[in-house]
Formats: sequence, C-alpha cells, structure tokens
Amino acid sequence: MHNFIDNFSDYFFLLFVAGIPLAGYIRKVKVYESFVVGAKGGFEIAIKIIPYLVAIIVAVGMFRAAGGFDILGELLGPVLNKIGFPTELLPLAFMRPFSGSGANGILAEIIQAHGGNSFLSHAAATMMGSTETTFYVIAVYFGAVSIRRTRYAVPAGLLADITGAIMAVVVTRWFFQS
Amino acid sequence: MLNIIWLALILLSVIIGAVHGTLPLVVAAVTDSAKNAVMLAIGLIGIMAFWLGLMQIAEDAGLVKLLSRLLSPILHFLFPEVPKDHPAIGAMTLNIASNMLGLNNAATPFGLRAMAELEKLNPLPGTATHAMCMFVAINTSSVQLIPATAIALLASGGDPHPTSIIVPTLIATACSTAVGIISAKVFSKVKWFTPHP
Repeated sequence: MHNFIDNFSDYFFLLFVAGIPLAGYIRKVKVYESFVVGAKGGFEIAIKIIPYLVAIIVAVGMFRAAGGFDILGELLGPVLNKIGFPTELLPLAFMRPFSGSGANGILAEIIQAHGGNSFLSHAAATMMGSTETTFYVIAVYFGAVSIRRTRYAVPAGLLADITGAIMAVVVTRWFFQS
Repeated sequence: MLNIIWLALILLSVIIGAVHGTLPLVVAAVTDSAKNAVMLAIGLIGIMAFWLGLMQIAEDAGLVKLLSRLLSPILHFLFPEVPKDHPAIGAMTLNIASNMLGLNNAATPFGLRAMAELEKLNPLPGTATHAMCMFVAINTSSVQLIPATAIALLASGGDPHPTSIIVPTLIATACSTAVGIISAKVFSKVKWFTPHP
C-alpha cells in the first residue's frame, strides 16, 4: 500500500503520457503531428509570464531576505497562540502563499526539529497539502493572459489558504490527539 | 489588491532591512530573485510544450470533449457563463484532474491553456472575469488527493505511518476549496469588485 501511494503520481503521470497518444491513435489521430502543433504554444506562454513572475518573485525574495516572515510570525504569534494555533507553524502558514520551495524548506525544518511522529510535524505536513502558493498561481495564470486587474482572485485565494491552514491544525488535533 | 500587497512587500523589506541590518541581503535578493524568476519561466518551456502537445492529441481525439461532458453538471454550476461545449471547459477539467492527481507540471500548462480560452470570452481584456477568478480560486485552494512531498518528508523524519496524514489533508483541503468557491461566488456579487471600464 505504502509503495503504491509513494508512486501514485508516477502511475498517473505514465497513464497520461502513454494513454493519451494510444487513445489518439485508436481514434485515428495523427499523433505526432497533433503533438507538435500543440507543443508550439509552450514557448510563447512561458515567455509571456516572465514579467509577472519577476514582479512577484523579486518582492517575495526581498521580503524573505529582510526577515519579514519571521517578524510577521513574532507579531502575530501571541494572538494566534491564544486561540490554539501553534506559533511554530506560523512561518509555514505565511510562507506558503508566496513560495512553494520556501514552504517545503520550512516543513523540512519543522520535521527535523520535532521528529516525523509529532503533532507539529503532522499538522505542518497536512497544512502543506491543504494550502497553495496562491500568489505564484495568480501571477502565472493571470500573467499568461496579460490580466493586471485581478479583482477578487487574491481575497478568495487567501481566504481559502487561511481556511486550509486553520483546518490543518483543527483536523490534525482531532485525528492525532484525542 | 495586488498593487497594495506588492508595494507593501517591497517597502517593508527595505524598512525591516534597515532596522535589522539585513539590507545587504535584501539587495542581493533583488538580483538573485529576478534571475530565478526568469530561470523558472525558461525551465517551464519544455514541460509546458510537452503537456500542451499531449493535450492537442487528447483534443483531436475528442477525449477532452468526452471528459468535459462527463463533468459538465459540476462545471456548469461553477462557471455558469462559460458555454457547455467551449474549449475552456475541457482545459479546466484537465487542469483540475491533474491537480487532484498531484501532476503539478501538467496542471500548470492545462491551467494556462484554460485561461487563454477564458480570455476569449472576456469582454474587458486586462480585467479578470468571474470565471477566471473562480478558476484561480479553485487552483489556489489545492485539491491534491495525495500530498506526496509532505509524506516523503515525514517518512524521512522517522514517521512510521506518514500516510496517516492523507485523510486529515483531504478534509482540510475540502474545506479550503469550499471556502475558495463560496468566496468567489459571494465576491462576484460585491459591488466593490465590479469591473469598471
């Protein structure tokens, strides 16, 4: 079972990679020609998102280098601790909407510091799965179609993230500490 | 909203950097991050081309239409203004499916393809439509079924049952996706967010 879960994504990956061309061939599509026509768009999209990515990644990189995420945690920690949100998880909750690799680094640190079999590590790992890199997604998705006015995409995405972070703590507590 | 957040991040970095003596790090971060952003985009070209190529096959074979017809009741509820047989529906379906299966490098190309299709329905280029905001809200709320990276990290940290986080993650994710969808629906009725040309 464990093995299957470890490779879950790989199996589906290969199912897509081999299955789609096979199904296309059966349905009489000229698979190679079709593939090349579609693939042409890849370059254009990747280039189009560069300005949006630079804008977001530079701002976040500066903020992280200055130590802003740590300060946010120190400021909000006492308040959130009172309502039962562990302070140790705050840096992860703040980093997550901005940077996936940054959040992965923090998750690895938490697991290293508290051990893989602890409440904090379980809650952090759950949080990693229940939240997303909202700002990255918004920059890339809207960037690809040159949209600058994003209306309520940011508030809706952030509300979803906050819910994911809080629910990760609540559900983990309920599952692992009753 | 992005305008304020972006400006705040930059100004706060400089202020915090000055107070905490981390300004040299902030300066270095500008060059490094700008370079990283471009490298990230360049790195996407290959995988983006690959998945868009596969998607073209799936489309020519009628697979995308088949899949979207299967899911059309749900998608019609989420995106009422997108016509049932519009190509955007197929691309969004593939994006959400790959997100659920944890195929992140497939999800992005499908998602960007979907945005391009949604843009064709946009009466106000440069301003997001409701469908776009809803689609992005779903994407930012994470709908992954098996959090593979987190499980791997837990396992390497000595957790004897790292897969035990799957069910808690599913519950938390379901809540966050529900909140994402509901807030997009509610915000679409809020006057403050109404686009003005």
